[in-house]
Formats: sequence, structure tokens, C-alpha cells
Amino acid sequence: MSLLRQRKPTGTSNATESDPNICQEDEKKNKAASKDKNPKKQKSWSCIDSCCWLIGWICVTWWFLLFLYNAIPTSFNQYVTEAITGPVPDPPGVKLKKEGLTVKHPVVFVPGIVTGGLELWEGHQCADGLFRKRLWGGTFGEVYKRPLCWVEHMSLDNETGLDPSGIRVRPVSGLVAADYFAPGYFVWAVLIANLANIGYEEKNMYMAAYDWRLSFQNTEVRDQTLSRIKSNIELMVATNGGKKAVIIPHSMGVLYFLHFMKWVEAPAPMGGGGGPDWCAKHIKAVMNIGGPFLGVPKAVAGLFSAEAKDVAVARAITPGFLDHDLFPHQTLQHLMRMTRTWDSTMSMIPKGGDTIWGGLDWSPEECHSPSRKRQIANDTQIANENGSEVVVSQIKHVNYGRVISFGKDVVDAPSSEIERIDFRDAFKGQSVANSTCSEVWTEYHEMGYGGIKAVAEFKAYTAGLIIDLLHFVAPKMMARGDAHFSYGIAENLDNPEYQHYKYWSNPLETTLPTAPDMEIYSLYGVGLPTERAYVYKLTSAECGIPFQIDTSADDEDSCLKDGVYSVDGDETVPVLSAGFMCAKGWRGKTRFNPSGIRTYIREYDHSPPANLLEGRGTLSGNHVDIMGNFALIEDIIRVAAGATGEDLGGNQVYSDIFKWSEKINLQL
Amino acid sequence: MSLIRRRKQNETSRPTRSDPSSIDKEDDNKKKIPAKDQNAEEIALKKLRKWSCIDSCCWLIGSICVTWWFLLFLYNAIPASFNQYVTEAITGPVPDPPGVKLKKEGLTVKHPVVFVPGIVTGGLELWEGHQCAEGLFRKRLWGGTFGEVYKRPLCWVEHMSLDNETGLDPSGIRVRPVSGLVAADYFAPGYFVWAVLIANLARIGYEEKTMYMAAYDWRISFQNTEVRDQTLSRIKSNIELMVATNGGNKAVIIPHSMGVLYFLHFMKWVEAPAPMGGGGGPDWCAKHIKTVMNIGGPFFGVPKAVGGLFSAEAKDIAVIRATAPGFLDNDIFRLQTLQHVMRMTRTWDSTMSMIPKGGDTIWGGLDWSPEEGYTPSKRKQRNNDTQVANEDDSEVVASQRKHVNFGRIISFGKDIAEAPSSQIDMIDFRGAVKGNSVANNTCRDVWTEYHEMGYEGIKAVAEYKAYTAESILDLLHFVAPKLMARGSAHFSYGIADNLDDPKYRHYKYWSNPLETTLPNAPDMEIFSMYGVGIPTERAYVYKLTPSADCYIPFQIDTSADDDDTPLKDGVYAVDGDETVPVLSAGFMCAKGWRGKTRFNPSGIRTYLREYEHSPPANLLEGRGTQSGAHVDIMGNFQLIEDIIRVAAGARGEDLGGDQVHSDIFKMSEKINLQL
Repeated sequence: MSLLRQRKPTGTSNATESDPNICQEDEKKNKAASKDKNPKKQKSWSCIDSCCWLIGWICVTWWFLLFLYNAIPTSFNQYVTEAITGPVPDPPGVKLKKEGLTVKHPVVFVPGIVTGGLELWEGHQCADGLFRKRLWGGTFGEVYKRPLCWVEHMSLDNETGLDPSGIRVRPVSGLVAADYFAPGYFVWAVLIANLANIGYEEKNMYMAAYDWRLSFQNTEVRDQTLSRIKSNIELMVATNGGKKAVIIPHSMGVLYFLHFMKWVEAPAPMGGGGGPDWCAKHIKAVMNIGGPFLGVPKAVAGLFSAEAKDVAVARAITPGFLDHDLFPHQTLQHLMRMTRTWDSTMSMIPKGGDTIWGGLDWSPEECHSPSRKRQIANDTQIANENGSEVVVSQIKHVNYGRVISFGKDVVDAPSSEIERIDFRDAFKGQSVANSTCSEVWTEYHEMGYGGIKAVAEFKAYTAGLIIDLLHFVAPKMMARGDAHFSYGIAENLDNPEYQHYKYWSNPLETTLPTAPDMEIYSLYGVGLPTERAYVYKLTSAECGIPFQIDTSADDEDSCLKDGVYSVDGDETVPVLSAGFMCAKGWRGKTRFNPSGIRTYIREYDHSPPANLLEGRGTLSGNHVDIMGNFALIEDIIRVAAGATGEDLGGNQVYSDIFKWSEKINLQL
Repeated sequence: MSLIRRRKQNETSRPTRSDPSSIDKEDDNKKKIPAKDQNAEEIALKKLRKWSCIDSCCWLIGSICVTWWFLLFLYNAIPASFNQYVTEAITGPVPDPPGVKLKKEGLTVKHPVVFVPGIVTGGLELWEGHQCAEGLFRKRLWGGTFGEVYKRPLCWVEHMSLDNETGLDPSGIRVRPVSGLVAADYFAPGYFVWAVLIANLARIGYEEKTMYMAAYDWRISFQNTEVRDQTLSRIKSNIELMVATNGGNKAVIIPHSMGVLYFLHFMKWVEAPAPMGGGGGPDWCAKHIKTVMNIGGPFFGVPKAVGGLFSAEAKDIAVIRATAPGFLDNDIFRLQTLQHVMRMTRTWDSTMSMIPKGGDTIWGGLDWSPEEGYTPSKRKQRNNDTQVANEDDSEVVASQRKHVNFGRIISFGKDIAEAPSSQIDMIDFRGAVKGNSVANNTCRDVWTEYHEMGYEGIKAVAEYKAYTAESILDLLHFVAPKLMARGSAHFSYGIADNLDDPKYRHYKYWSNPLETTLPNAPDMEIFSMYGVGIPTERAYVYKLTPSADCYIPFQIDTSADDDDTPLKDGVYAVDGDETVPVLSAGFMCAKGWRGKTRFNPSGIRTYLREYEHSPPANLLEGRGTQSGAHVDIMGNFQLIEDIIRVAAGARGEDLGGDQVHSDIFKMSEKINLQL
């Protein structure tokens, strides 16, 4: 249909150019055609007839194709793929069903940021007719139809981080909340379908959908989401003969579920009052997929200049934003203002400061071009380390620790040569008059030129300083953030201050629950370049965001491209963030894991789909596409059917995560 | 879209007939000709010749497309409130929807609400299927567009059917209820069920955390929903959660149609000890339920169910009519549509929950019925307190009318339906030899139990001539022994002599209000809300189907018609909501549970709320805001207002107590039931 409609206007416009009276001619013709044939008709043949031929012809062809399309069997696609690439392997669900696996443990999905659908329950005048329609997820039709209205309804209150008055946007519930993000773009659907093959259905699968814009504790305050998840897990365990649940969080859902595990055992009213053995009683395994345990550098760029797209999914819609300039001229500011009202984005700011992410002169990771990486067998990883180090040493040293640098020369310079002027006390200068920037307003305009200059003059920011930087450029946002999230490392976990909910989603400031039989998995993709550090520059525009990634900064030797330094990861989460806790922080009995919950790392090496028919591929390691990775699905199904981590074969590692973890000097 | 495509086919088929050479080639010729340097006149002549046929055809297609796109553009361009403007221009200002009106009065969320959908309105989706259902994983088989019914009808019937022995899934097939509010907000696109109520509740602040759709698989028996899906446990857990997260405010339950019986079952189940029950303890209902607001509840079943089970002819509720015409007229299942439908519906245990309950005591015997003297056109609205005073008047009217034997739910022949009982020569069918089975192979794969019965049995059934509610049960046992064997394991249709008898602790009695007691919850309230003013099926005149070997042997005698009595097309009608007669919907709240009775030992207060049907004023109103029809009543503004007021904290007295338009109190008095 869309194809047709696009082509049609060109057909008619041609005709209109040559003959502006086409409509009148048209009617005359119709009358004339049925009656006598006069010479007038012959004259107009060339123009109107060819035009009508075109339309008629296209319509007929289209209907014919539509008919054909409906007539071919659904498995046609599969036949073609098989003809090209040879027989396709059975999907994991079918394969494991043949092995005799059946339903055992109930499973709970915890979706990540942006993948969950949101729908409108109450709105302003401009959102008339959208009641219970999706504002987020689905077709995103309204983004194009009424963009300003959409931004208004998707934003939260700037002070409270909750609903603005008169607007209620709520998460969609049920499996439909996040099975597909947009039509044809699966998130959980493939996993659900494969689990269904071995007998799962809605009574033993639960989508823990939540409003991913809110801070974690606010989902309970506003929607009682955490209570709902608790109640549903209890129900599923009870109706499945006491078999404990397998939890499968993805992306930000990983942090959300960390928060949940602390919440559920904490006493009411701040917690769920489930008692200290709730997790031990109800959870068999937590299988984290692509978990940003220690945050993602992308979030910094997103908050600082709205430039990094949050996950690959958002890219599908953002090009429309950025290129077409739907919002009069100030797309980025509108986006920034909206996303800054979302407290949840602050859960992804890098945690652990310089200890984890590296200082001015060192960082745990080295630059790897993905081609040089080899598979490392599980048991030989230590033996191979020396070998890989030889390769690495030939590579130029990269200062990943400087998450933000101003200018490429600053990045490459040794720390002693960088002259930094402290920005923290800098006078912020006078506010830029709001009136000149129309109604779009970001906190940068309050800051004034003096502050902007001070920020640039500090030149290089490490993970620890990033927090100060954000406090400086966006004090109001960070004030909300501080109430809900924390980014440090706990000195003494027994300190009563850590009973506050703001620490619950930071794995470095909480302990795991006392549940020695539980298992924690970290499943993530590797082999894709992932944003890790940025080169920034100042922009001149008065109303624009004053900082911008310096896309001219490029270096073939050191993983720098378009102003972004990348490391190994799944395109969103660096290996370090996804793997460190399970590789070292929680391995064995540590102070973060007092009961010695067993942890496993399962990495999946990325390989792109062989041909277009495969869609997003069955071997992808991408942050979202990994949800369709057959190897990952097989692992999950095996665990759901009763296997333990040892049965899966323990760790499966392709990256240098163990080596990098060793470099991190964290008290355990 | 569909409109255009349909028209197009006519257009294209015409030229193909007159000009078998394909349009394609003609087109190519045309392009080539100008290129060849021929003289202009020749070209003109050729074009002139071709103009008449192909050109006019392409003109039509082209202009239709352009018009359509133009209209589509216009349609997208008009504001969403355009419809409302037109309606206002025609009928004057439309009243505010109840949600908006009550929000202005200051009502807000108080009690969490639970919706219990009825039969057929809940969506079902496929989780595991046979080869033929490929690509339908997690697609709706029931509800939504029903696209698959037309595309692959036999496959659809196969997947919608249950196992004939167990009443559970056939092997290799898992069809499961859709969950969440989407399960039953719309039955088909544009055909609302709960959507209007949900939208109005949302106006005063309700959202998903305070509204719960207790969706269940309406095909299987009530207890089996727990056995297979743990649906009852799920409902219990969700109500507990909602009450806990709403500061202890008790829930308002809103069951519709068969959901009413399902919720009766739930209330017994939840307080019964495990393993048969939910183990919630004897005060669970008192602690968690504020009000049960039954909408169009078939407490005593519906006579329609008999017609449905006996000969698959009565459509279950008005909703299914929307799809059924396609079934019956187009004959998509080669010739034997009705048998296919019958075989499918007979595997659904739930249909047996709607067989009339209470026997002759409730539904009337051969010579009497509580509804005698029904006069739909002459009924007047009565105030609540004057109903007794008016009774004499209406009785006078009634006595002038011809006597109708509503008690004879099935009669063979119109003369039997009207004859005094002494003149009917009834030959008992119960001992009759069923005769030889008709060879199955002559009837291809379609098989119903009638073919096992043989001609002798069929004849015996017809010779008994008239069946009352009680003998209907024997009749069904006779014609469909397997079906009823499953049915009697899950449902019961009698009246309890002694409710303390321990046998009544079995789950099969829980959905029959005449064989259970209400929970011990003196603060609870029970509403019966239903539409009146629409003729509703009550009794049938049957005939034997003339010859067909493979056909269902009984058929409603549509030639039976009578202007004096409410007999039309072989169906006697009484007052009701088009599906449930007033008697079935109202009796328990009017008499059976009113005050402290043996069925209501704790004296739960009951209220009757009747809504007089008036059809929509014009087409733009859609299904109307004052409808009393079984499903359309869900969009009745008055009913919605009542529900919202209760959800926001009002009690039955605040609403004004009973609101009665029908003769329900008079009818109830005629029923001699020990209370």
C-alpha cells in the first residue's frame, strides 16, 4: 500500500503539470466515453490516458501481488532461505522439545528501558482519542502526527519525576507489553515462542512490565509495580507446585530486579516486607541479559548532550526526529528536555567511579579491534592470557578512563601535560534570555557562558568527575537523581545508611540476598564496538546545546571513530559493565555476595546475519537482537526446564573480561 | 479498502471476458506504436477503437482509486470529534458521558473493580496447534477479526473444540484465554463489550492497577479453569493484591452474563478448604468484597441454551449473531455447517452451565408458568413503592389475553403448545430403544451423537410431545448421554432440600444459586442489573426434520406463528434483555436472596436495577446509550453511572434502592420456593 501511494503522486503530478484542467477534462471524458466518440478525445490521449493507465495499471498489479502474497504459504520464506543457505537448524524450542524438556520453573521477564509499551489513560485536549492507545511502542504513529503533543505527554514533571497534572501515561501490562517493540521488531517474542514450544503459556510466564521512565522506587509509589511483581511471583510459585521462578531481566531490567530483590526483603513501609528468605524461597536463577550493572558511558553522552541514542532500538525512530526536523528547529533540545524528566536514565550513569572505569592515565580495558579477538575456551582462559597480551601491547595505548575530553589532543596527552581549571566553583554567569530561544528550555540556558567555558576548560573528565560535571550542568536533574540512585562504592556495607532504597540498584553498594541455592548469570553479546569515551567540542549556537561530540576526531589505530572511543561489548553495554560483577565482584564469597551465590558468565560472540531473509539473525550479539540468539535461548530454556549453571557448561567467555577484572582493584 | 476491492473485481472481470488477451500486452503495443513512425490518422483510429473497452476500464479503476485516496485523506484530516458535532447538530447537545459528569461531582477512585466477562466475549489465543494452524501462534482464534474462520474454517473448528471425553485440551492443541483488559474490552473491532465502562471509570481516575479483568477460558467448566489454568487462584491473588495496595478498600466485582455464575462458583471455591477450594477461610468474601454487581446474570440459566444444545439453532447471545450469518448462509463448511458448529459447541462444558435450573418449580409446568400474561407493549413503568398497588391493573390486562404455556419449553407442533395438558398424549421416551446407529460413513467426518441414536430414539423423543424444564434434563440425557455425563460432573440443576447436606460441598453445586448458600458476609451487597423491554426466547415449537440422513433431526418450526400470543417463528418470547428472561436475571435478588433466607443466611442486602430498553435514536449513536440488550447494556449510561457511584463508595440505598420496570415481583410471588 505505502509503495503505491508514494508512486501515485508522481504520476498525477506529471499530468497536472502538463494539463492543469485535468479534473474537468476527466469528467468530460467520462461522459463522452459512454456516448459518441468525438475527435476531442484523440487530442488528450497522450496526457490523461497515460496517466489513468498508469494508475489503473499500478492498482491492478498491486492487487495481483497482494493476492499472490496472500496465496503463498507462510513457510515460503523458510523454503527460500533453505534453498540459499542449506537446511536451517531447528529453533531451540523445537530442538529441546525433541530432547524431552518440558515446563518446570515459571519464568519472569523484566524488560529494559524503552522496550516496554506505554499507553495513555488521561491526557490533555490535544491527545483526544488516544485513550488506551500506545504512546510508546507499536507504530509510533502519533510521534509524526502530533509531535509536540506527544513530547508533552511523554514528559514527566520536572520537580517530582512523577505525572504532570492531568496526564496519566501507564505501562502496558501482560506479555504484549514488550514482545514486539514495533511491528516486526521483536524483543521478547522469539524467546516466548520458543518457551511455548516446550509447554510454557501465560500461567507460567509473566512480563514484569513497569514504567521505565520513573525511578525504580517510584514505580512502587505510583503504580505498586513492585508489589505486583512480588504477588505474581508468589502466585506462580504456588500454582506450579512450589518450583522456584527463573527471572530473566534485560538491559535496565537487570538493575530494576536488583532493586526488587532488596526491596522485597526490606521491611515495610520502604520495602515489601517479604522477610529475609524471600529470594531464597522464590527464585531459582536470575539470568541477566546484557545487564549494565555498572552503568553505560552512553548514558553520560545522552544526559550531557542528548547525542548518544539509548539503545539500538531507539535508532529506529530517532532518524526521523533528527533529519526531518519535525519540531521546529530544535529537535535535540526537545528530546533533551523530555529525556531529562525521566529519572530512570540516571540509573545508567557509570557507577564505581575511577576504581572501575579507570583514571586519567589508566583503564581496565585495551583497545581491541574485533577482528583480532579469538575464542578462548573456558578452562584455558588463564593460559591464553599471555598470548593475548602480546597482541595488545602492539596497540596504541588508549585513555579510556577519560570518559569525556575536550579536544582530541587532550585525549592523547599524558595527564601531566593537561592543564585543568577546576569548574566546580566557577561562576555560572548570566542566564541566556529565554525569550530568544522560544519555548524550548534546557538547564543550559540558565547556566550562561561563564559556566560553559569553565566546563570546557577542565578538559578531561573521568567517571568519578562525570558525576560532578552533571551536577554542575544539570543541578535540578541530579538533585532528583541523588534521591533515587547512587554511584559510589560502599566502604562498609553494614553501615545502616545502605538500607536506603537509593543504593539498591547499585551492585557496589548492596549485598546480594541470602540465598545460597540461587544462581546468577550474566548473558551478553561480545564482538561489537561499544561506546566508551567521547571527544567533545564547544558549539557556537545561542539556543543550541553548547557541547557536541567532535565527529572530526578520528584515529584508525586507537578505536576512535567520529569522536567516540569504543571497546568490546554488545553495542550498548561494554563488557566491563556487563561482566565484572559475575566475573569478580560476586564470584565466590565476597562482601557483596555474603552467601556465596554461584555466578556464571555466558558470552555470545556476535556474527551478523548471513543474508537478508534471516532478518536480525540467530547469532547476533547486539544488545537487543541477542534476544533472538539461538544459543542464548537454548541456555534459558535449559535452565527453565531445570538445568543448573554446571549443566550448561559453566562459563563461556570470548572477551578479556577476566583479565580486565583483575586490573580492577576493588576491595572484596 | 474492502469496498474498493470488491468493486474492482467487477470492473476487471468485465474486460477479461470481452477481451481475453491480457491487458499487459495491449499496454506494450500502445507504447510501441507511437515510436514506429506511422501516420497520425492511423494511430488516432487505433486508439479510437480501443478506447471503448480498455480505456473505460482503466479510467474507472484510476478514478476510483483517486477518489478513494481523496476520501481517505479527507477522513484522516477531519478531527476526531467530527462525529460528535454531527450528532449534536441532529439531536441537540449530547449529555456528558457518566464518567465526565461524575468527575465534575467530585467522585474519585475508591474501591478496586474486577470485571468478570461472560461466555463468548473473552478472547482466546493459540499457544500450540497442529500443522494447519501454522503462523497463528499467540494470534486470536476467538475475538478480534475472526479472519481465520473464513480462511481455514475446518482448522479453526478443530482448534476451538475441546476433547469430547475430558472437556480439556485435545492433544497437541493449547488454546488459552487472553489476559488483561484487552481480553474483553472489544469483542471485534468497533464492537465494544467492556471498553465503554473502562473508559468511564478511567475518567474518575481508574487505571490498570485498580481495574482487573478476570479473564478465563469460557469454554471449559468452571472448576476446570482452576485445574488447567489456575484461573481461580489467579483471581483470588489479584483481588487480594488490589485490596492490599488500595489501602484495604474492598473490591467491587462486576460479572456479566455467564461471568455471574462463574463468580458464584468463585465465592464458594475461595472459602472452601483446599484441595477442592482455594482455602481462603470462611470470611474471605467478607474481607475482600464490597459489592457484586451482576449484569444480565442468567442465575437460572437461559432457555436459549436448550435450543442451542438440542439443535444448535439458538445463537448464544446477540454477539455471536454478528459472525453466525457468515456461517449459516455461505456454507463455508461444505454443507454441514450446523453439525460442525454443534459438534464444536458440545465439547464446551460451559454451555451446560446455562441449562435452565430449578425445574418446574421455577420455570413452570405443563399448565402454568410464572410469566403468564406477558404483554410487552402494555407494560408501564412502575415506581418502586407502587408496584403492589398496580398489580391488580396488570392482572386485568393479562386475563384478557390468550393463555400461553411458557412452561412447555419444547413442544412438538404448535397444536401441542396450545393444547391443555390433559389432551396431550405423552409417550415416555426414557425407556425407548435407541435403535440402530446410522452408519457414520455416509455422513463423512461430521459426527454428532444423534447418529448414534438412530431413528427409533428420534421418534420416541418426538412422541413425548411436550417438555418442561425438568424433563428437558432427561431429554438432553437421552439425546446426548456423553455430553450430559460430562455436564453432571460439573453442574447441577436442581433445588436443594437441605443445604446443610454435606454433599453440597461438592464443586458441581457451586454455580447453582438454588443449591448453595451465599458467603457469610453481612456487609456485602448484591446487585442484579439487567435490561428489560426486549422479547426474549423462552419456549420453542419444534418439528422433525423431514428426511435428511446426516442432518440434525430436530428443527425449530419457523412456520409456527401467532399474532395473539408472543409466538413468532416457532419461538415464544417473554420480557428480558434478548438473551436472559427477567425471571432468570431477577428472581434471586427479588425473592430468593431477599432478606435472610436459607440461601442467604447472613442477610446480604440485594438490589434490583432494571434498565428499560430504548433503541438508539439515529445511526451515529452506534449501539445507543440507553440500550437494554444483553451486551449493548454495557454501554448504557445509567448502568455505567450506577457502577461508578458504587465503585466510588456509594451503597445500594444511595442509588435509590430497587428500580423496577418489569413484573418481576409479581412473577416471583407465583413461584413456590421454600426459603
